[in-house]
Amino acid sequence: MDYFLTEEQQMIVDLSRQISEELIVPKRAELDETEEYPTEILDAVAQADLYGLYVPEEYGGLGAGTFETVLALEQLGRGCIGVATAFAASALGAYPVLIGGSDELKASYLPDIATGKRKAAFALTEANAGSDASGIQTTAVLDGDEWVLNGTKQWITNAGEAQIYTVIAITDRSKGARGASMFVVEDTDPGFSCGPKEKKMGIRCSSTRELIFKDCRIPKDRLIGRQGTGFITVMKTLDKSRPGIAILGVGLGQAALDEAAIYAKQRVQFGKPIIAFQAVQHILADMAIQLEAARSLVYSSSKHIDAHPRDMSKASSMCKVFATDMAMKVTTDAVQVLAGYGYMREYPVEKMMRDAKILQIYEGTNQIQRNVVGQELNKEYSKI
Amino acid sequence: MKILVCIKQVPDAKDVRLDPETNTLAREGVQSVINPYDSHALEEAVRLKDEYSATVTVLTMGPPQAEDILRQAIACGADDAVLVSDRAFAGSDTLATTYTLANAINKIGGADLVLCGKQAIDGDTAQVGPGLAVRLDMPYVTCIRRITDYSDNTFVVERMMDDGYDELEVDGPVLFTVVKEINEPRLPSLKGKMKAKKAEITVLSADDLGANACHLGLQGSPTQVVRVFAPELKGDRVMLEGTIDDQVSQLADIFMEAG
Repeated sequence: MDYFLTEEQQMIVDLSRQISEELIVPKRAELDETEEYPTEILDAVAQADLYGLYVPEEYGGLGAGTFETVLALEQLGRGCIGVATAFAASALGAYPVLIGGSDELKASYLPDIATGKRKAAFALTEANAGSDASGIQTTAVLDGDEWVLNGTKQWITNAGEAQIYTVIAITDRSKGARGASMFVVEDTDPGFSCGPKEKKMGIRCSSTRELIFKDCRIPKDRLIGRQGTGFITVMKTLDKSRPGIAILGVGLGQAALDEAAIYAKQRVQFGKPIIAFQAVQHILADMAIQLEAARSLVYSSSKHIDAHPRDMSKASSMCKVFATDMAMKVTTDAVQVLAGYGYMREYPVEKMMRDAKILQIYEGTNQIQRNVVGQELNKEYSKI
Repeated sequence: MKILVCIKQVPDAKDVRLDPETNTLAREGVQSVINPYDSHALEEAVRLKDEYSATVTVLTMGPPQAEDILRQAIACGADDAVLVSDRAFAGSDTLATTYTLANAINKIGGADLVLCGKQAIDGDTAQVGPGLAVRLDMPYVTCIRRITDYSDNTFVVERMMDDGYDELEVDGPVLFTVVKEINEPRLPSLKGKMKAKKAEITVLSADDLGANACHLGLQGSPTQVVRVFAPELKGDRVMLEGTIDDQVSQLADIFMEAG
């Protein structure tokens, strides 16, 4: 379907597609097996300027919007959402600085993030704080000119690979949601360390670890925004980043449809290619319909977010739910079309199905996203 | 340092077809790409630019469409590009090509380093690099697999040999042809692509070069292609059957018989 992209947008698509096809697709099965972080691929992504897509030009980026970022992620995700997650995690880690950081913080971190010289990671989740962010235990206490952080973050994407971490910690427990603040922690800060790499079902080349803060001391000016604005920054960050996860579902869904349709044309049973059977055609048709609907929703939500930065939540959550539920269904259907072969690790679709599952879980479960949409509806209809 | 990279547009090797009538390459509708060896030359130039202070100019001779590969080269890090294009150049063999390119290089003020791919994947002559160096009155080294150092106008390079490599020191200005082992060409960058889109490409005609017409194109090309044909597949084929051991002993007998 023609989405009437501008010449620049098409350029972003073409370049990301080239990276995906030439560098990611040939390596994805091996990376899935070895669970190795895709350093070489990400170096090429950096050289292609993609790390700087969304970073303002004054900080060395290209100053593009959510929509353009989504276009790049779709193509990378079509190759492998493990690699694409490792890439996108740096944007997620950078958004708090971009959204709430002082000019000094932006100038210190964004130029390196834009070139990919340093990578970022976002640290919210803890053992007792996933969907319910109010369960955060990590604390930050001001001691002279330094903040002292203590606590453990869990399942942090890019942990151990990133040099810059944006971390939420409680600065005043008595103030509830207004008692949390965000900080920038560097990998070389004293008292900071990472746990071992988690063993995951999918997106296995991406790095997921604990972050451990043991009297971790950081300079006072690493506070992002004002004290107590941590939750607001986190919510805005996730609102901005969710279309990125949604589009990974679209890229992955497209890859699954490609595999299923190509296989269905080649596989002959009862004297015909199985694509000639209506039973198979209907599966493929439903895959294509849901995929295109998801793509349209993610594209339009991203454009809405670029145009209305104060009204992101509903669009962002809607597209995340729809596109990632689609990805789970479409990848499962692709395995069904390839049947026995699809279940074998020799073919790429079983990995796609394993990978798809995380999309319904991370950056806010799809149940939480429905809460957000529901709450937004409640607000909208109270005004009438 | 002023680096000049000579590149050639060739049909994409993934999409090569022969015209069954003429047995020549069908170029219509086939995507043109930078000759792969030339991509390595370009990458080496961009690498040198990153390491030392240098400008990288790409040069090609070809029809107006050859502008595409020049823009591809800018997207991959070249600073500017020159297209040498004129109907008078049509039918050039390697002698006429080197004459034309040498004139173009002199016209744009020469270079401290000229880099070429070892050969083009369509003609496979490997003559243009050395021929061009002679015309430019420059020393040249072919089949470079590494440029190890550059200081005080002296290059230290490794030349690939069948059984190892030679290490050479050579003063600029100089021409090198490179082999694919020298580097891994980078993909274009977004900023590069945007720059490439806007870049103004200098176009030089035969008149601009002030060239002598009798050295150009078909007229200046002593090499004449008399006939192009696909070699007939000859040779007897024998299929050996039986167990692997049987087949091995049969094969050994055949070799012994053939001496």
